Amino acid sequence: MNRFDYIRPASVAEAVAAATQPGSAYLAGGTNLVDLMKGGALRPDCLVDISRLPGLDRIEWLADGGLRIGALVRNADLAHDALVQARFPAVSEALLSGASAQLRNVATLGGNLLQQTRCPYFYDTASACNRRAPGSGCDALQGENRSHAVLGWSDHCIATHPSDLCVPLVALDAVIEVQGPQGSRGIPLETLHPLPGDTPHLETMLSPGELITAVRIPAEAIAVAGHARYLKVRERTSFAFALVSAAAGLELDGGVIRKARLALGGVAARPWRARVAEAALEGGPATAEAFARAAEAALADARPSGDNAFKIELARRILIRALQEALAGTPEQRPALPASPFAPPSGARHVA
Amino acid sequence: MSLETPAPLTPYPRHGSNSGQPISRRDGELKVTGQATYAADNHPPGLLYAVTAVSSIARGRVAALDVAAAKAHPGVVEVITPANRPPLSHDPDVKLGMFGFRIEVLQDDKVRYANQPIALVLAESLEAAVEGAALLRPRYEVEPARTGLGNGDRYAPAAVGVGAPPRTAFGDLDAGFAAADQVIEAEFTTPAQFHNAMEPHAVVAQWDGDHLTLDMPNQALVMSREAYAAYFGVPGENVLIRSPFLGGGFGSKAILNGPQILAILAARHMRRPVKLVLSRAQMYGPVGHRGRTWQTLRLGVDGEGRLTAMHHHSLAATSSFEDFLEPAANASLHAYASPAILSQTEGLRLDIGTPGPMRAPGEASGSAALEVAMDEAALACGMDPLAFRLKNFAETEPGTGRPYSSNALRECYAEGAKAFGWAGRPLQPRQMRDKDGLLVGWGMGTALFPCPHFPAEARATLRADGTALVETAGVDMGQGAWTALAQIAAEALGLDPEQVEFRSGVSDLPDAGVAGGSGHTASAGLALHNAGQNVIARLAELAGADPASPLFGAGNIGVVAKGGRLHRRDDEGRSESYADILARTGQTELVGTGRMARDEEAVQAWAMYSHGAVFAEVKVDPDLGMVRATRLVGAFAAGRIINPKLVRSQYYGGMIWGVSFALQEAAIADPRTGRIMNADLAEYRIPVNADVPSLEAILVPEDDRYVNPLGVKGVGEIGITGTVGAIANAVWHATGVRVRRFPIQIEDLLGGG
Repeated sequence: MNRFDYIRPASVAEAVAAATQPGSAYLAGGTNLVDLMKGGALRPDCLVDISRLPGLDRIEWLADGGLRIGALVRNADLAHDALVQARFPAVSEALLSGASAQLRNVATLGGNLLQQTRCPYFYDTASACNRRAPGSGCDALQGENRSHAVLGWSDHCIATHPSDLCVPLVALDAVIEVQGPQGSRGIPLETLHPLPGDTPHLETMLSPGELITAVRIPAEAIAVAGHARYLKVRERTSFAFALVSAAAGLELDGGVIRKARLALGGVAARPWRARVAEAALEGGPATAEAFARAAEAALADARPSGDNAFKIELARRILIRALQEALAGTPEQRPALPASPFAPPSGARHVA
Repeated sequence: MSLETPAPLTPYPRHGSNSGQPISRRDGELKVTGQATYAADNHPPGLLYAVTAVSSIARGRVAALDVAAAKAHPGVVEVITPANRPPLSHDPDVKLGMFGFRIEVLQDDKVRYANQPIALVLAESLEAAVEGAALLRPRYEVEPARTGLGNGDRYAPAAVGVGAPPRTAFGDLDAGFAAADQVIEAEFTTPAQFHNAMEPHAVVAQWDGDHLTLDMPNQALVMSREAYAAYFGVPGENVLIRSPFLGGGFGSKAILNGPQILAILAARHMRRPVKLVLSRAQMYGPVGHRGRTWQTLRLGVDGEGRLTAMHHHSLAATSSFEDFLEPAANASLHAYASPAILSQTEGLRLDIGTPGPMRAPGEASGSAALEVAMDEAALACGMDPLAFRLKNFAETEPGTGRPYSSNALRECYAEGAKAFGWAGRPLQPRQMRDKDGLLVGWGMGTALFPCPHFPAEARATLRADGTALVETAGVDMGQGAWTALAQIAAEALGLDPEQVEFRSGVSDLPDAGVAGGSGHTASAGLALHNAGQNVIARLAELAGADPASPLFGAGNIGVVAKGGRLHRRDDEGRSESYADILARTGQTELVGTGRMARDEEAVQAWAMYSHGAVFAEVKVDPDLGMVRATRLVGAFAAGRIINPKLVRSQYYGGMIWGVSFALQEAAIADPRTGRIMNADLAEYRIPVNADVPSLEAILVPEDDRYVNPLGVKGVGEIGITGTVGAIANAVWHATGVRVRRFPIQIEDLLGGG
């Protein structure tokens, strides 16, 4: 392994100061970064270990009813928090559909937001990758790309953001809190990951040294708690990223949709909020036709970036399914196979 | 021997009751408590860590390596490249024996596939060695990689698999097709798959003068010992391989590979012990895999649903420098009754690591295609798939007409179908839904695997206290050899397994042959059985000649060994304990030996296979194309079952691998570079527990008096063979979509909705 510095700051301010230096990287759970370092895709000069910073591991309910989740809260702790489960069931379900039980016990919220794409050409240092090595090209474009982006991609990069958690979070208007050399600020999660354009190496809107300290979910988002699902199409029942996924939340007034919250995962370099589809639904009836129209609208701009045309149709269908399931109501018990389109085997209580 | 002359019925003696008992793995506690020592757990003093630098191109040559940068890294002590590689005593470009493959050991600067070792870095720590390898920053002269049908070189091979003919024909194929009312033709592809044993390939090599000790997972201890000895120019007995436990082998640890040779060479060169452990990614290249196939099946059927001709052609990928070809087409040779059968294999040279045998080589990928084609033929005939198979049941071995030594396949079909609830299955697809609206499909496949035996030897020693020591260089790669072989030995000795010390897993013990071909229990077991009988016979001789023994004069009548005593066969009340016999005759111990031996006339006269039938249920989401295998029932007949608990576990493992083959597993190589883009267990998908359906393995009784004196057939590989096709057929039955490319993927099923 190459030699690098490792420091463990005592405060957020110290951490920010250290990480502002070029070549440094924050280390929390390490479930993604350490793999990338082992494979040589990332070679930071300095690891700033924030995993022991005080005060960042709390799940707090704010006075206005919103939720504030510290950046160091572990995936498993967040997923199994009873109130989170009751008020933001899709968040809990998305978390439990990700990675494995062991990884969820280690991985943190902030790390989940900042995890790298799983595009194999990003990991393979012998391949050209504009995201890893600016200007080197994109070997995925003519390569093995059946799982790549169908929305928002460019000829410079067709990678997807792999997070499950981020999908319901953007649907729920989550805002991230960051602290940086210039102080603190809030950034809507929806805008955290820029689309690749011709600068895919600019992976987030964060400035050098800026540290995610928390994620807030506004109180209004609780209104869809009774009609919320996260569904994930994947090729293995556990320990597999989404080919496509969808979060859907509905606020219903009789048969009429008052508010819709929709987002897609696995389709773009960011968790993809489907606002056009939301607008198409809001104020109208919650019918199969309306769902189909919304799905058409959500994928209207989609185009294949390679051997992945099927993902466009698949994304439409998972969105329709998520809407159907949301309409049917959030399950009283968390499904035996979280986020799985397969109905839970009767009586089985299984967290994959 | 002609078929008119019945082979002699040999009344093999059966006594004792250790065999057949579902004893738990004797090494289970060691494993679950972390006390079992695997190769890489060894840390001799003075150890150096070796790491291979591997090629990122598939074809060309290494033009430059920054050896200076690597050697300048703290902790790095040496870098071995083609420029300074010490000599070997055997030319690595020349095959060595039956299982010998040409290997890549820095003999030149050529790159033949991605992930080929191009240098070996030795360092005081693993971290330093890894970084040293990274610092080499190779510069290549790249040639275009041959990665597929479009640019690979087709050739006519001399052999397929391990020495099988590339073309085998029975009967008149043209006449068979001419007699057919319909011909069903279908093309199939199977991907490159990697063994992915949980334990990576590893070696800890220590030289003491010209004596070499190797801690390494190894499926063929004595054979490998001789091969390593040849590479290093020392006598075979100077090489000691210790392999008490393997974390899986699946065929990939039976054949010598380049990286381990390099580590051994480095240990001699540096005069220090050297450890090499391949990373997961490094296992995708130099240590074998199941090669890709492109298969075409043509089946002729007459108006009554009888096969009139079978033609199975396979194009199989291999490396540019070796010849192992997946013998997929041969899976059709002995499966069903057909007056004409032709199996043909062509080779395709690609810039890939050499493929090799992987659990059920040929049978797994070949039967995947055959069983789907049979399903298609059944439909074309308007017949139930099981009825169609029964209509084409092979009463004798297809092609040769030899009778089966035993064949309970009909019972497997019947018991499997009954347990599964096959009766009443609609012939047409998309007929069944569950209460949630998921499409439900049922499919089946026939499982078949031959019964190869390997030469094996064993030694049995009766000790003064009446207990015994039995020894053979057996291999436990998880299948349970520590337990099943000890059961066989204990039975032959008339002792309880607790009274038998079983030594195995070291190459200085009698040769137990290869743990492969599903033949280890039969082969090593026979040797142990014979060694046990041999020492008991010697003991009986002692007792029979001793006037003070109650067994005096029992010579012609014979004795029975059980419970640690010899009993007169005609009067079991007259007996004497082993300890007493030994004590009175002044022996501190008594040694017997045995080897794998079969009635060669019987071997020629009878066709010998394990058989089975697998029934699968899948559910498919009609909109999303997601498939879930929900039920698998396999009924298998494999002669005498030594340990039903272990055997059931083997069947489960094979069936789970079938799920993996059908729905998940594939190595994805970039067609431009030949680099495998999913060389890790996150993206190379094998099933997790939640993907594994409800499993039932039925052990159909079968008494085989000819296969060998134990009546034991093989169980290690048959489970995968019927399962792949059964699942693919169930997917068709659920959806109406016939997918002939493995693994079946979502996009294949998304069409209709």
